[in-house]
Amino acid sequence: MSSQVTIVTGKKSRGGGFFLGGLAWIVGILFVLPVLWMLLTSFHSEEDAAKNPPDLGAPLTLDGYKSFFDTGPWPSIANSLTASILSTALVILLAFPAAYALSIRPVKKWTDVLFFFLSTKMLPVVAGLLPIYLFAQSVGFLDNIWLLIILYTSMNLPIAVWMLRSFLSEVPVEILEAASVDGANLPRTLRSVVAPIVTPGIASAALICFIFSWNELLFARVLTGTVAQTAPVFLTGFVTSQGLFLAKVCAASIVVSLPVLIAGFAAQDKLVQGLSLGAVK
Amino acid sequence: MSVEAKPDTKAPRRRHATPPPGSESTLMRRTGDWARRGPLLPALVFMIIVTQLPFVVTIVVSFMDWNAYYPDERGFAGIDNFRRVITDANTRHAIWVTILLTAGVVLISLVFGLLIALLLDRKFRGRGVVRTMMITPFLVVPVAAALLWKHALYNPTYGLFNGVLKWLFGDNAPQPDWISNQPLWSIIFALVWQWTPFMMLILLAGLQSRPLDVIEAAGIDGANQWEIFRYMTLPHLRQYLELSALLGSIYVVQNFDAVFTITSGGLGTANLPYTIYQTFYTAHDYGRASAAGVIVVIGTIAIATFALRSVSTLFREETGR
Repeated sequence: MSSQVTIVTGKKSRGGGFFLGGLAWIVGILFVLPVLWMLLTSFHSEEDAAKNPPDLGAPLTLDGYKSFFDTGPWPSIANSLTASILSTALVILLAFPAAYALSIRPVKKWTDVLFFFLSTKMLPVVAGLLPIYLFAQSVGFLDNIWLLIILYTSMNLPIAVWMLRSFLSEVPVEILEAASVDGANLPRTLRSVVAPIVTPGIASAALICFIFSWNELLFARVLTGTVAQTAPVFLTGFVTSQGLFLAKVCAASIVVSLPVLIAGFAAQDKLVQGLSLGAVK
Repeated sequence: MSVEAKPDTKAPRRRHATPPPGSESTLMRRTGDWARRGPLLPALVFMIIVTQLPFVVTIVVSFMDWNAYYPDERGFAGIDNFRRVITDANTRHAIWVTILLTAGVVLISLVFGLLIALLLDRKFRGRGVVRTMMITPFLVVPVAAALLWKHALYNPTYGLFNGVLKWLFGDNAPQPDWISNQPLWSIIFALVWQWTPFMMLILLAGLQSRPLDVIEAAGIDGANQWEIFRYMTLPHLRQYLELSALLGSIYVVQNFDAVFTITSGGLGTANLPYTIYQTFYTAHDYGRASAAGVIVVIGTIAIATFALRSVSTLFREETGR
């Protein structure tokens, strides 16, 4: 009886499945198309890139990338790497013990603390920008990459605390009890017992913090100048030039997006956990 | 239960060991409390200093006359800044733009995200590839995405959209100037392209956490696809819809990159973050920028309190463990 039913539904969904599978492919291609277009244009010469209607078969060239690298983007890319990597490391360093104190051995009113962290994400960044600018100006901290590192840490710390807490609360209590019976102190328990179990969680948190730091524009635009400017700021700056620049812009956008694209593709599942603050696993 | 049991078993033993039992046990409890708080403190102190202190300064400055171009006129302004901000037509327009932009992007990408998640929840050939293609827009750096839409797609003379029109309709095809004609929609669509994958990913995870046996049972009992979706899938997805809408709103309401890049706040598209940025960065009117900031914070707190209380059962379930 039940086998008959599955055969019937199986047949029905196969016909519709073919259509819906094709539809999914079309939608997927539509969404990726602008990126593919950007990629193709970045390999065209400026003259071919500006043609209308576009010439898909135009000869490929690296001129767009050459003229982008001629504008000297490396310092800003290095700044972006520094700010993203160091702030991510700092976030994990601060968030991991905090998440422990909110899950395994929770403080009193730990839900309040957790929601305090989340509420800082809801306060608009732009409202805190002026005092930070004035402070940095008065102590000579403007155009300093460490200012961005500190701000990116505060920007991502709530996300990491939420994520790591939800991962830590799945660590079995027995393991922790065993560790304390064996005489391990807190730093040692965290390092040798808890950390290995939640490594996947730490990796998702780090991935999402890295992406958000790498993408950030407003702080970097206001607080940095020629020395500490990051890659997104560099991107906004060089379009003002006259003449044809489409291939160059596309090449630049590809280069600047590449670290995020690679990291995101490599860890697609971690992306979901990170974006949902660990609520979705 | 175990928490209540502990003091009973430990207290008598300790009473024998040390004469003044009450003070000793409170001391123990207090050091225990601090041992618990210890790991939390660095993160908490860091957050308070970096995110809360600046807001206090913002509030102070919002009551001051302070324009960097006129340093001599610095002083107490009372509520002048607030009055100027609230009565200013530009600010009111910026509030309206912020609401339209956030609601438009979040709602449209939520609907697209749901439909695409439903498509991707089915098994078909190349599902992994399609999923990877779908998330690509979210992995493009926002500034780069805005540049891509502005120059490579929307541009009236060499953008892809008008190029496609020429392919389809020949040389006499209409060649609209997309950004000038529909500035706000241009920004909304560029952002929908980036945020649909975000919504899709969370909703897909929600779909895949459905209890499949119950749905199969409903199918055997004669429920059709629509009934299963309406009465089983959608209620299950509710918390995921709320979560993705809440998180999406948090990010989109603060959007600066797309407005800054695509229109530079022109053509009536300046949202609140951009307006405050301009008041402070270009006009150097610190008092007024702070007042606008305070108003934004009050508005956000009002919405966030409501949002946190009413939505996100997923979090409540999580924290209620």
